[in-house]
Amino acid sequence: MTIKHHIPDALLLDYASGRLSEPFALVVATHVSMCDECRARLEAHEITGGALIEADDGAELSGGLLDNVMAQLDDPVEEAPVYQRSGIFPAPVMEALKGRPPKWKPLGRGVRQQILRRSESGSVRLLYIPPGLDVPDHTHGGLELTLVLQGAFSDEGGRFGVGDVEVADDDVEHQPVAEKGDPCICLAATDSALKFNSLVPKLLQPIFRI
Amino acid sequence: MGDGKDDQGTSGLKNYSEETLLMLAVRDDRDKRAFAKLFAHFGPRLKGVAMRGGLSSGQAEDVVQDVMLTIWRKAHMFDPSRAQVSSWIYQIARNRQVDVLRKENRPLPEALKAPSEDAEEDAGQVLALEQEVSALKQALAKLKPAQREMVEKAYLGELSHTDIEAETGLPLGTIKSRIRLGLEKLRHELDGIRKS
Repeated sequence: MTIKHHIPDALLLDYASGRLSEPFALVVATHVSMCDECRARLEAHEITGGALIEADDGAELSGGLLDNVMAQLDDPVEEAPVYQRSGIFPAPVMEALKGRPPKWKPLGRGVRQQILRRSESGSVRLLYIPPGLDVPDHTHGGLELTLVLQGAFSDEGGRFGVGDVEVADDDVEHQPVAEKGDPCICLAATDSALKFNSLVPKLLQPIFRI
Repeated sequence: MGDGKDDQGTSGLKNYSEETLLMLAVRDDRDKRAFAKLFAHFGPRLKGVAMRGGLSSGQAEDVVQDVMLTIWRKAHMFDPSRAQVSSWIYQIARNRQVDVLRKENRPLPEALKAPSEDAEEDAGQVLALEQEVSALKQALAKLKPAQREMVEKAYLGELSHTDIEAETGLPLGTIKSRIRLGLEKLRHELDGIRKS
């Protein structure tokens, strides 16, 4: 697997600092799980963050805080479940799926989705696109990150294979076409509803929550 | 790990930073005195940056408590050839702050193999990283105050809202070259871990 399209540095920093909302953070964490180059860049950011903590003047702690922590060192700990990669889904996706396989919902023309998270700050979903199919022409009100987990698609931005992530900004119109071969499965995060440039999909939007 | 240290591994130890040695004592010997020293070093700094990140004094102390307990409980994950104690603390602290301020869970990347499953800890790798980090710290210290403030804002600033479109425009010229060198090292290390 040769990854050609990476997470831009500004987004990696926003992830490292915690500024990225959960839908986008899931895509970044999943890409980093697949990409050593981005993992190294992320860890370099974390080292920089650590160096800044080291250099801080600090604030005085309440008396007793240390004793409080020391007293808890031997307490039994409830371990949170650790999810493992399963098939094409890296661990962060498996965690979002709570360890179960996706429950696909049909969107028409063979396209399927499962929404993983939806909130005011955006949404993130798995998309399944049959081989050779074009996804309706659409624009975005903000940022969209699309990470390929299986198969490949092409659009104005180039070809995106497994591990590649496409960053689409405001007002980018694009029409992704899935490659022939395996169905294309993507993890896609948006910070607003997608707007399709034809009437019918627009009418369906509230129903399918795209 | 542990009793498997070779001569090369132990001879490099005296050059490790104090925080790294304390963390290794916590990891390998479950040394509570070493932990208390780490707490004394990082606790106040962590509170300082948490408050600058938008937390109240009480919330910041909760973060200090949680982060330090996590360091103790997950000590087996510490790998000094890939991370500094401080970068690990940074990562855990930001997770906690996201949780406190936005009630969100920050998804984390798949963990690489824990260091204890690897063969030897390569002292040379650890020292190379520490040298890289001290060069980075010098580059940070040389920034003009306004530049320094921008860098601090990017890494330690408020995270109560998402501002993904904002251009960071960081004055990272010198730092970036440092990070790049560090990167290269980290990447080779990652390749090594993947291939072993």
